[in-house]
Amino acid sequence: MIRIVLPHHLRTLAKVGAEVQIDVNGSATVQSLLDALENKYPVLRGTIRDHGTLKRRPLVRFFACGEDISHESPDTPLPDLIVKGSEPFFVLGAIAGG
Amino acid sequence: MSGIRVLVGTRKGAFILTSDVKRKDWKVDGPHFAGWEIYHMKGSPVDLNRIYSSQTSGWFGQIIQRSDDGGKTWNTPGSSPEELQGEGGMPKGESNKFVYHGVPGTHQWYDGTQHPWEFKRVWHLEPALDDVDHVYAGVEDAALFESKDGGKTWNELSALRKHDTGPRWQPGAGGMCLHTILIDPKNQKRMFVAISAAGAFRTDDGGKTWKPINKGLHSQYIPDPTAEVGHCVHRIAMHPSRPNTLFMQKHWDVMRSDDGGDSWKEVSGNLPTDFGFPIDVHAHEPETIYVVPIKSDSEHYPLDGKLRVYRSRTGGNKWEELTKGLPQRDCYVNVLRDAMSVDSVDPCGIYFGTTGGQVYASTDSGDSWFPIVRDLPAVLSVEAQTLK
Repeated sequence: MIRIVLPHHLRTLAKVGAEVQIDVNGSATVQSLLDALENKYPVLRGTIRDHGTLKRRPLVRFFACGEDISHESPDTPLPDLIVKGSEPFFVLGAIAGG
Repeated sequence: MSGIRVLVGTRKGAFILTSDVKRKDWKVDGPHFAGWEIYHMKGSPVDLNRIYSSQTSGWFGQIIQRSDDGGKTWNTPGSSPEELQGEGGMPKGESNKFVYHGVPGTHQWYDGTQHPWEFKRVWHLEPALDDVDHVYAGVEDAALFESKDGGKTWNELSALRKHDTGPRWQPGAGGMCLHTILIDPKNQKRMFVAISAAGAFRTDDGGKTWKPINKGLHSQYIPDPTAEVGHCVHRIAMHPSRPNTLFMQKHWDVMRSDDGGDSWKEVSGNLPTDFGFPIDVHAHEPETIYVVPIKSDSEHYPLDGKLRVYRSRTGGNKWEELTKGLPQRDCYVNVLRDAMSVDSVDPCGIYFGTTGGQVYASTDSGDSWFPIVRDLPAVLSVEAQTLK
């Protein structure tokens, strides 16, 4: 069970609380985690990744264990602490503006 | 219920203003979708309780919301558990999937180079006139989409974007948006669209082919002022009883056409400035039109700090200023292109919203005005519904 913390606007859109829990079959990567998240909450499709290309939207960031992993390959395995549920995986809206 | 419902899209959510037909006492409901930009909301003429809404965010992209109960509750179309099971049992969730047909190609960028077409948001939703589940979406970068299943899935009418002139289309200051969709009520295969800054286009065959309809437009800020495309059309309005007559607020100039857009003539007449964004037509008088003159494309606020609507009862050229009830000093708001609407009560009600968050109404065809609400976020769109 992987814990995901979503930004405020995506929580209200998906009608969930501060944290959601997701099961991932097989290797846990950013891609497989987001696939599983979108399967459970289809309303989030297109909001974190582009519908067609599945590329991360430019102003969305991914953090794991205090590290910004937004620019790593989506196939990179997630850290053990995330996979075990000890630490949450953060989806953040980047700070933009003043 | 009978009465008026005014759908207001703002930079920070949606608001629904309701009143009985007297239009004196108003209830303000909202914000819906708090914190999101609501570019446009519009109800179906087939079922006034079916309302489509474009919810967008620079961070999280496009969302389409739909209400089937007049705005009391909302859902992303196709999000019920049974609807989410696509082929193979996988959820679909495609109500916000706006994907261009084929290789998107390129259009002209601000610096004259070619730039790939990239979907950004839905600017305008236009429900079809005869089917509650059929709705059109005008998007940025400019293209026309339609849904025939109540917004669950979207399909591009790509002949418009693939028009030979497409590589010459360029964005206006607000982006390259398709912001106006007008359906001819006498022949629904005939539609008019407008794009900033490509111009106006017409289809006579339901979107299979398109024709630029910009003859007579003169835009001194482009290399060829009378070019086939490249004009910054801000808004087009039509009275449903006379679909061959179109009124246009261009970047500069107010124009009219009496031949379905085949040719245009200027009707700015005595307006103090002919720059502006919205234009609309009186519900019962096809030659009575309204604009809100704005000082210039550099300043984007009313002339002399006086918020004035101008009305022409002659289809243009002769204009009268309407000021009663509107601020006549220190007013520096703007009125955006989709932020004016009329009801069909007699006398006709006119509504407009400002970037300062006021929504003004007139219940006497514009002679006098009052604010329904003063302190909303910046208003992006206003649509009035007359409930029977």
